[in-house]
Amino acid sequence: MAEITTYNPDVLIEESGYDDHFHDHHHGDKYQSNFINHYVFSMDHKIIARQFLMTGIFWAIIGAGMSIIFRMQLGFPEESLTWIKPLLGKWIVVNEAGMGSLAPEFYYALVTMHGTILVFFVLTAGLSGTFSNLLIPLQLGARDMASPFLNMLSYWFFFLASVVMFYSLFLSTGPFSGGWTGYPPLSALPQASTGSGTGMTLWLVSLTLFVVSVLLGGINYVTTVLNLRTKGMTLWRMPLTIWAFFVTAILGILSFPVLASGFFMLIFDRGLGTSFFLSEIFIEGQALDRVGGSPILYQHLFWFLGHPEVYIIILPAMGLVSEVLSVHARKPIFGYKAMVLSILAIGFLSFIVWAHHMFMSGVNPFISNFFVIFTLIIAVPSAVKVFNWITTLWGGNLRLVTPMLFAIGFVSMFISGGLTGIFLGNSAIDIQMHDTYFVVAHFHIVMGIAAFFGMFSGVYHWFPKMFGRFMNETMGKIHFWVTLVGAYAIFWPMHYLGMAGVPRRYYSFDTFDAFRHFGDMNQFITIAAIIVFAAQLLFVINFFYSIFKGKEQKVKNPWGATTLEWTTPINAGHGNWPGKLPVVHRWAYDYGKDGKEFIPQIVPMEEGEVAGDH
Amino acid sequence: MLGLVIILIFILLAVITVQLSRVSELASKIRGEAEVARQKNDRTAFWLVVFMVGFLIFCVVSAWYYKDVMLGYGPHESASAHGGDLDSLFNITLFFTGIVFIITHIALFWFSWKYREQEGRKATFFVHSTQLEIIWTVIPIIVMTYLVVKGLFIWNATMADMKPGEDHLEIEATGYQFAWDLRYPGADNMLGTRDYRLINLADNPLGQDWTDEKNIDDFLPTEIVLPVNKKVRVRITAKDVLHNFYLPHFRVKMDAVPGLPTYFAFTPTKTTQQYRESLREYPEWQTPADESDPDGPQRWEAFDYELACAELCGKGHYSMRRVVRIVEEDEYNEWLSQQTSYYLSNVRNTDADPFKGGLLGAEIANRKVELLTDFESALNSDDASNAKVNLKHVFFKTGSAELEDLSKHELTNLSKIMSKYKDVVVELGGHTDNVGDASSNQLLSESRAKSVKSYLVNKGVNVDRLQARGYGQNSPISDNGTAEGRQENRRTELTIISK
Repeated sequence: MAEITTYNPDVLIEESGYDDHFHDHHHGDKYQSNFINHYVFSMDHKIIARQFLMTGIFWAIIGAGMSIIFRMQLGFPEESLTWIKPLLGKWIVVNEAGMGSLAPEFYYALVTMHGTILVFFVLTAGLSGTFSNLLIPLQLGARDMASPFLNMLSYWFFFLASVVMFYSLFLSTGPFSGGWTGYPPLSALPQASTGSGTGMTLWLVSLTLFVVSVLLGGINYVTTVLNLRTKGMTLWRMPLTIWAFFVTAILGILSFPVLASGFFMLIFDRGLGTSFFLSEIFIEGQALDRVGGSPILYQHLFWFLGHPEVYIIILPAMGLVSEVLSVHARKPIFGYKAMVLSILAIGFLSFIVWAHHMFMSGVNPFISNFFVIFTLIIAVPSAVKVFNWITTLWGGNLRLVTPMLFAIGFVSMFISGGLTGIFLGNSAIDIQMHDTYFVVAHFHIVMGIAAFFGMFSGVYHWFPKMFGRFMNETMGKIHFWVTLVGAYAIFWPMHYLGMAGVPRRYYSFDTFDAFRHFGDMNQFITIAAIIVFAAQLLFVINFFYSIFKGKEQKVKNPWGATTLEWTTPINAGHGNWPGKLPVVHRWAYDYGKDGKEFIPQIVPMEEGEVAGDH
Repeated sequence: MLGLVIILIFILLAVITVQLSRVSELASKIRGEAEVARQKNDRTAFWLVVFMVGFLIFCVVSAWYYKDVMLGYGPHESASAHGGDLDSLFNITLFFTGIVFIITHIALFWFSWKYREQEGRKATFFVHSTQLEIIWTVIPIIVMTYLVVKGLFIWNATMADMKPGEDHLEIEATGYQFAWDLRYPGADNMLGTRDYRLINLADNPLGQDWTDEKNIDDFLPTEIVLPVNKKVRVRITAKDVLHNFYLPHFRVKMDAVPGLPTYFAFTPTKTTQQYRESLREYPEWQTPADESDPDGPQRWEAFDYELACAELCGKGHYSMRRVVRIVEEDEYNEWLSQQTSYYLSNVRNTDADPFKGGLLGAEIANRKVELLTDFESALNSDDASNAKVNLKHVFFKTGSAELEDLSKHELTNLSKIMSKYKDVVVELGGHTDNVGDASSNQLLSESRAKSVKSYLVNKGVNVDRLQARGYGQNSPISDNGTAEGRQENRRTELTIISK
């Protein structure tokens, strides 16, 4: 092999690639012969990735828009909201003086939908769905997923879930309004809240469909990673993105069914008269004939998913950021094995910490001891990851392009939000902080903003892979700066609100002397939120503008990356590589090795060369 | 209209931004892409450092600005015995995380600037360093261990339930959409049992089981009043959906779960008045409590501890407020003495009362003491007209001289008193109201007096010491025009004849 001296990927693949006789079978892709099965019911993972991304963007606009509406109410309770009456109709209540304000029921519906949409539809489907689909086959050197058909079903179940949830927004009784966690009895009893009627039924139907989607996708990702790696792609040569998607998929497969079981019991309680979660309830002048159930059981089932879920959200972002930092720092990721091990450790620990969401829920305080210990242990692999990212920057030659900026921003957000987790994970502090704005600040920064930063980093970085064009750098930088500064402006002050004891999910703070003296801060937060929202619309404009008018990608590997996805043709068709499959000879992070700027994974080891990950 | 204008302005801004962005890309093409990229890179790196400096300053300044609302600082001090531990744990955690936050942020942004792309420089091929990785694994482990151990000690001490026999006050809070019901145990210091099926919004909001005598003295105040420095265990329940009993000033928080009572035990350490005094020195608390009334009380004067709900429970979740007052022990006892039992003031002798027409154990016990006191004061009275005792708990069947079973308590007690004062001779006088004809009333009163006498004789009182006499309707002690008056007039009266 020593005679190969060129890095030209086409030549390399042609000369030393692995021939899977792709072309003997697929003369003109029979699965993609017309518009419908090329762009709509497509089985090409790259198309499905873009479908997930577009749907995710749609939901992100809706979900973020909702937050702007309820922030208006919180920041400017004295201002009239009649001007959004054309949009919200009866949910804007106008008093005799002509002052319109958001109906409290609808405020809670918006808060609930904002959470549900962002957590499940945007940061799970939109983030993991997009990038697992795009990158797993491409970075592993596979033609497609193990089962393209299941993969397609995965998207369409998500689509169905989306349709049902979207429909529920227009119900006359409003969508579900009992919080994104859907705790019974509030969620189980239609008489407890208007949103707990049809709105909750549709919420459950939608999320059950969503669970199906996640399971179909997850089983596919795991199978693909285990079985469809190209020749030479050992597990320890996989890029960190793939490790992250792999563990994410496993978490999803293990935890979503538990959520589904909770949902089924809730459905039974709502419709069939069972009492899994209900006991001794007197509501609307009536004592219900339901005894023996426990609302806390639902919380266990919910958070058994709910906690891994936050890692399902953040792990893909971590993977994307690791990759982007390394590529644009022109340096190997620092401590690759430690990074992999910490992903595995975080994945494992995420299953034994769920009750830290329930310290104050009435579970036996003794049990909390275990959950405190395991929760705070997670800080260790998380800290290792942060230190490794920072050390990756050290001694690099940094290209501060938009994806790199978002990756750096991600690290900052992950630090800020992660550190507040150390407060909340300690149950003694959680007594005071539980369900205050401190929690809101913590999780928005660490798994909301940070995950979005990871996602943006990925979108800007792999946009050429998806659309054969670049996104506009100037708009990208404006987007980055406004989002970075603005996100901190929104969420940093919330720490102080939380320390002052202000509870989350309050429609108005006027009732309490302890909570009502933060009007200025709430206004500031709302203004910052509106500005940040505008910057996200700029991203959307940039996104769609660049699909059609962006700077064209002229070379296959514009970022000088080592991984396999950049060896495919620009705008590759179904099957990814036109001829043979690439064969892998080294790990994914040979940047700056032996005086060469980068050595792609398909380049064979030279004689006497020591592997980069020795 | 305003909305439309805002939307138009936004669209305009978007168009301008897109055009400017296009122009800047085009311009860079003309000026040489590589050179422009390098300049941009330098500029971006510079701004990253500016951001870092600005951000860190913002963090410190904002923390300083809001120090008065932060835990354990300024006026936001804990008012409970365990709260100070929580606050200090918070501050210790803040110290460690603050160090990590500042160091990592400086490193992150400083490296981003220092190692920005420069011509001719090559990135270092630095793959891993076992030594470094061990250091930054071990340090977090040590810090975390410290925080976990300290945290768990505080947690287990705070959440511990009462030890058997520990002196405390037990109260109850019940959340429902959208308020709190409060219940105090009354004189017996025990809360009575409840059953949600007995709840009735008209006369039994908590579903108290009135056959449980522990319920009889329980009262339902509209605010929580507690004596300072006395441990209180709050029994927390809910009627309909989840709620959360949250006392921000006391660092108390616990879910209220239907069907599963929870608890939180804490000791208030500052009276409302003391807390007000400590707020007084802060300028932000010296402003009028009500902005529209500048001469009214200042914020510190109007301050009250508050109870809030901290678990989403429906559309009125934000409005479940109750006032909490912490007072000195004397004031607490005075307040206690003004409270009336819910049962006695709302339920007693209504149709819902299982003891309707009967006597309660407490009433019997109280009456026993009262009877002895009345008897002795009659005995010691010099004035013959005061030498009388009204036998309040002697009852007859209507229109008959047959004693009700309930009378046995009073008469047994009387027989014991008579055997204590061996020489006393008494007259048992029967009285009726003026309903019906006077002569039959006279006969009834006589036969009633006799049946009391024979009961006492059966109990072992010497027949010579008892004289029975009927007064008919002739000696009313109250107005016969009202039902209550007539009831008072129907009585058996004891008069001391000789000592």
